[in-house]
Amino acid sequence: MTKNIDERGYTKADVLVSTDWVEKHLKDPMVRIAESNEDPLLYSSNHIPGAVEIDWTRDLNDPIRRDYLGRSAFDKLMRRIGATRDTTIVLYGDKNNWWATYAFWLLQLFGHTNARIMDGGRLKWIKENRPVTRDVPKYQSSNYQAPERDDSHHRAFRDQTMKHLERKLPMIDVRSPEEFRGERLHMPEYPNEGALRGGHIPGALNIPWARAVNLEDGTFKDAAELRKIYTEENKLRPDDDVIAYCRIGERSSHTWFVLLYLLGFSKVRNYDGSWTEWGNLVNVPVENPSAEARDEAAA
Amino acid sequence: MKPLPERLERLVRTLESLDRSDRIEMLIEMAGQFKPVPSRIAQRPFAVEHRVPGCESEAYVWTEAGPEEGLTYYFAVENPQGISAMALAAILADSLSGAPSNEVATVPADIVYRIFGRELSMGKSLGLMGMVNMVREAARRHTQATATENRE
Repeated sequence: MTKNIDERGYTKADVLVSTDWVEKHLKDPMVRIAESNEDPLLYSSNHIPGAVEIDWTRDLNDPIRRDYLGRSAFDKLMRRIGATRDTTIVLYGDKNNWWATYAFWLLQLFGHTNARIMDGGRLKWIKENRPVTRDVPKYQSSNYQAPERDDSHHRAFRDQTMKHLERKLPMIDVRSPEEFRGERLHMPEYPNEGALRGGHIPGALNIPWARAVNLEDGTFKDAAELRKIYTEENKLRPDDDVIAYCRIGERSSHTWFVLLYLLGFSKVRNYDGSWTEWGNLVNVPVENPSAEARDEAAA
Repeated sequence: MKPLPERLERLVRTLESLDRSDRIEMLIEMAGQFKPVPSRIAQRPFAVEHRVPGCESEAYVWTEAGPEEGLTYYFAVENPQGISAMALAAILADSLSGAPSNEVATVPADIVYRIFGRELSMGKSLGLMGMVNMVREAARRHTQATATENRE
C-alpha cells in the first residue's frame, strides 16, 4: 500500500499532488492541469477533464535548432493554456510521468516554480476509474510574461559535462543496463539509439530511472527506498554536484526531479544533450564494456 | 523507391490526406481495432526473441505461414497505454498479412512518419520503427526460405 505523499519523508513533498487532490481541483481557476505524454495519441484518446496537452515535440522544442523554445514561444504557450505566473501548473502523463517531469524541468528553466507533478500520472488516474473526457478545453488567453530562460541551475551542456568528467564528479546514466553497456538494441543495419557509438560516459553510475517508481501504480517510492538506491547502494551524497543523462534528456529529467525535490540534493543538472550528443562526438572518452568484452574474446 | 504492398499504400495515402486531428482520430480508431495475438500462437510469458527491441510499449511480433502466399502477422502490446503501438500493430496486421513477403521485406521503417506524421519523438519513432523492422526481417527470412524450397 503506497503511503500518503506527506508521509513518505520527501524533502519537498509539496511538489507532488495526489490524484485525489487533482480531482478536488478540477475547476480551480488557479490550477491548470497539463498532460504531457510520450505517446502522441493518448491525450486525444482521453484525458482528465479540463486538462490541456503540452506536447513535447510541438510545444516545447525549437523547430530548427536542437534546443528548447525561447522566452517568447514559452509566453505564447502559457498564454494559450491561460496560465499566469501565479497559476499552479499540475503535470501528469504516461510512462510513470517520464514526460511530465521533462516538461516540469523545462518550466524551471523559465522560473515557473509554481508547478507540481501528479503522483502516479495517467496510469494511477485511469486505474482508479477517475473521470476522463475527450473534450479539449479552451481557456481565455493570459498575459503571461516569463523571464529569459536561465539554463544555469538545472541544465548541463557538453563542455560542462566534460569538465565534470575530468573532475571525477558524480554522473548518473539513467538508461537501461543494455544501453549503458553499449549492447546493440536495434537491427544491425539501423543506428543504435541515434548515436554512432554505444556505451556510456566513463565513470558514470548506471541507475535506471524507473527504479524510483512503484511499477504497479506509477507513484514515486518513499524517501527511505529512494535513499537506499541513490545514497546507500550508489554512495551519492545530498551535497554532491550531480549530472544525470540518458538518450535525449527525457528519462534523466525524472531522476533530476527525484534527487533535487524528493531527496533534497543541492545541485543536480540534466545533461539533455545526453547520449545522442555524447555518442556522436568526435574524440571524447567512452566506456563500452560490451565492445571491450568482444575485443577480449576475439584476441 | 519500391512500391508498398497495395493495402498499406492505400491506407497510408488516406492518412496523409487527413489533417492532424482527423489523422489522430483515425489512428485512435485503429488502435481500438487492435486484436492481441491469439493464445494458439503465443501465451504469456512471451518469448524474448519476439519482443521488439527499443519499443517502450513492450510490443511483440509473431508470424504464421499459411497455405496462401505471404505470412500472417500477429502482435502483442503489453503497455495498456501504448496506443500508438496498438494502432501500428493493427495497421501492419491488417495491411501486410497475406501480402507477398518480398514486398513486405522492403517496406521502409520510416513509414511510421507517413502514418503518424513528422512530430514523433525520437524514442517513439525508434520503438515504432522497431516494430516495422521486426516484420520486415520475418518477411525477409520467409522469402529466403521459400526461394530455397523452390530451388530444391
